[in-house]
Amino acid sequence: MHELAVAQALVEQVEAVIVQHAAMQASLIRVHIGPLAGVVPELLATAFPLAAAGSRAEHAELEFSHAPITVRCQTCGAETEAAMNRLLCGACGDWHTQIVSGDELLLESVELETVPT
Amino acid sequence: MCNTCGCNLTPGNQRLAFKPVAKGATAVSVLKGLLAKNDDQAAHNREHFDRRGILAISLMSSPGSGKTALLEATLTALKNEFTCAVIEGDLETENDAERIRALGVTAHQIVTGTACHLDAHLVHDALHHMNLDGVDILFIETVGNLVCPASFDLGQHLNVTLLSVTEGDDKPAKYPVMFRAADAMLLTKTDLLAVLDDFDPDQAEAHLRNLANPAPVLRLSARKNLGMDAWLAWLREQLAAQRARVAIGQSRRPAIQSDGQTFHSASA
Repeated sequence: MHELAVAQALVEQVEAVIVQHAAMQASLIRVHIGPLAGVVPELLATAFPLAAAGSRAEHAELEFSHAPITVRCQTCGAETEAAMNRLLCGACGDWHTQIVSGDELLLESVELETVPT
Repeated sequence: MCNTCGCNLTPGNQRLAFKPVAKGATAVSVLKGLLAKNDDQAAHNREHFDRRGILAISLMSSPGSGKTALLEATLTALKNEFTCAVIEGDLETENDAERIRALGVTAHQIVTGTACHLDAHLVHDALHHMNLDGVDILFIETVGNLVCPASFDLGQHLNVTLLSVTEGDDKPAKYPVMFRAADAMLLTKTDLLAVLDDFDPDQAEAHLRNLANPAPVLRLSARKNLGMDAWLAWLREQLAAQRARVAIGQSRRPAIQSDGQTFHSASA
């Protein structure tokens, strides 16, 4: 249920971008969420209209992207894809790995309307 | 994260920065952490702790795994050694804070209403209600929840995640986001292992390793005073490490370094 808090933070950031670029409103918001970020895109999409009501992000479309979980093995150096609860090296099976991608929670980009429609 | 020099571009996200611009609109690349505001406040909290030489530890677990009981036993054992303080997070009641205060330890209760987690702002507000003079260790007992608290940095230095043996030993596999963030995992209520035939502590540890987490796994029972020495020794070690960091102007974030920050920490 923390997706509402995330949605509120998202709207706040989009508002800041709108102000910064002297735009009218946002038309498209691209958010990048990795499976390990602990935020569910579908729930964020449900919470977004509530958080955005009355803001200049109200009519924006929300678009999600995600990178697969990739780990780099500290033992053999291989970079392989991994499952959320099995972050083991796909090559040698060691658990001494580092996340390369999959834990992102980013506001990637915003498309703005700069003139009244 | 940094939006100035591009250091928030990582192998995982760099392709995102170069998307084509749609016709008729201005596309602005942001690449900023969605929780940047919380993270900024958390960094502020952490500076506050570091200035005072305080070690801040977040205790996370499902409800009923024994966080408050662990605190009671820990605070009693360390009474003559360190000054501790506690922030309690619950949806309702002052019960947990009262249990801590009964031991003569400063405690502030955050009542979240219906919110499922603490955030850095709530913790910051709580700090203003507390006298932290001379405090060595601050424990933040988060709302009992294995999901949401993992996503919010509070400004703590370490995450300690409790798993009681009355829960399943596969909890780390079921809640990977939470257990991946643990700097130490405590298997609690181990005195009950004798009457439970379905919890294998080695299996619980194996599930934690599957998350690429090297955190120590300590087995203890706060109520029966079993295995507490190893936990207290770990705390002493961590406090010494925090003091050594503060002496050279460094800090530390909990186990998870979200991407971008990984790249920044070397220069920070």
